[in-house]
This record gives sequence, structure tokens and C-alpha cells, in this order.
Amino acid sequence: MMGYKISGYCVIRNFSIWVNHERCIQSSTTSLEEFLVAAYTQINMNYPRYYKMDSLSKVGILAAELLWRDAKIIRPDSPESIAVILSNAHASLDTDVRYWESAKKQASPALFVYTLPNIVTGEICIRHNLKGENAFFIAERFDPVLLSDYAGMVLDQPGTKLCMGGWLDVMNDHHDVFLYLMEKSEDGNSAEEIRATLNTIYQLDYGKINS
Amino acid sequence: MEKLIADLKKQIVEALNLKHLKPEDIGDDEPLFVEGLGLDSIDALELIVLLQQQYNIKISNPQEGPKIFKSVKTIAAYITAHQTA
Repeated sequence: MMGYKISGYCVIRNFSIWVNHERCIQSSTTSLEEFLVAAYTQINMNYPRYYKMDSLSKVGILAAELLWRDAKIIRPDSPESIAVILSNAHASLDTDVRYWESAKKQASPALFVYTLPNIVTGEICIRHNLKGENAFFIAERFDPVLLSDYAGMVLDQPGTKLCMGGWLDVMNDHHDVFLYLMEKSEDGNSAEEIRATLNTIYQLDYGKINS
Repeated sequence: MEKLIADLKKQIVEALNLKHLKPEDIGDDEPLFVEGLGLDSIDALELIVLLQQQYNIKISNPQEGPKIFKSVKTIAAYITAHQTA
């Protein structure tokens, strides 16, 4: 019977990055801005557009980059078959506030374009050529039921083979990122088991991994 | 003009968040859009804001944009012409 499986994940929390349970980047900074530039340099990305992005898009781009690099899956040929379903609590508030501050003197167009939470979805899709279904939900906290059920529904549609899903939350220096790849599989798990898996991975005490 | 060009390069790197570039990496005649620096439409808006904030110059005719923002040198020429006018 067809089920679902989580094919890989990336977590960014406490100025560190874990990919599939292995810590790959650790930083002693307490500034998210500094951390995001240092991490970009450390993973040898060459994508100058990154510097222009807001913090929400930067964490999304970093997580997606590392997730794809380490993914042990065969990427579907069709960009239309890869969906992106994301969620967070602070929407684009971090950038909204910066834009509001800039508008007191001279509103910044470069900030304005990031005053929607789903811009990060667009940035990830541009970088990785993903053209499938996408949605961005605002929720008070990480909700594995919402994310897994919606991704499951999308994956059950003909034409969708893979779904990048997750929680990307940023506000000032606060950051909480959990991005994963979910696909349909002959030996996969039930929707209920996937919810439990997502919740378990999200709730892990990452401070104790590879410390 | 040379100092203005040097100042402009610093301001462009700062305003457009071109942290992968040093001001001196930008050629005086290097195209800013599409080829060359590869700036986009949002960057064009930031350049308009930069001219307003730093040089108190407003571009009244948007049609002139591509000509003014062709390169750092053309921006400097526009500033010089409009500050002395």
C-alpha cells in the first residue's frame, strides 16, 4: 500500500544547522544577520542574490540548499511535480517592522518586496526550479497535522511526486527552521505515522546532537 | 567627477547590499542592468531612492531611467548636470 516518507530534513536553530541529524554548521554568534552571512560563506554557495534577501528568505534558501545537497532521492524530472508547503508564526513581521522603520525616512523598495511571508517560497522555487503547488500557512506554533495533511493531499494529486515542507520562523534574532522532503512511497508510512515522525524530529533536543 | 564616481560605487554597494563586491570591482562604464552587475527592477528603485537621499535629485521623467542608470559614469554625469543646473 502506498504511504509517505520523509526523505531528508534540515534544522536551523540556536545559530547551528543540522542536516539529517548531523550538525554541519555551528556558530558562537548571537546575531542572526552575522550567522546567515557566515553560514552562506561556509557552505560555499555562489548566489549573490542571497545578500539582498530578508532573513526569512535567507534561512529558507540555506535550508533548501543543504537539504537538496544531501537528499538521498532522485529528483523528479518535472519541476511541476515538486510542491512547497510552508508555515510559520511570525509571517513576514521581522521585515514588516524594518520596512515600517525605513518608511519614516524613505521607504525601501528592497525591503518592501519581502513584506509577505510567501516570498521565501518564491525564492526557494527560483533557486531550485520548483513549479508545483505551493502554500504558506500562518499558525501559532509548528503544526505537524496541518503540514502533513496538506502535503499528503497535494501528494495524492496526480502529477505531484515530491513535497518540500516545513516551518520557517524568524523574528529579530529568533529563528526556528525545520525543512523536509516528503514523498510517496511503496514502503511508506501512514499519514498518522508521518505526523508523529515530523513531531518527533521537530521536538528533538538538537543541542545534544553532535555536541 | 572621479571622487563622485568613487562615492557612488560605495553607495551602490551599500544600498543594494552587494556584499560580494568591493566598490572598486565596479567598472566606471560597466553596464549596471541585465549584463554587467545584473541589477533588477527593485535595484532600479533603490537607485532612485539613493539619488533622492544622497543628492536631493528627483528623476522627473521615468523614461530617462535606462539612460541615467546605464553605468556609474552616466549616473555621475546626471548628478553633476543636475546639481550645477
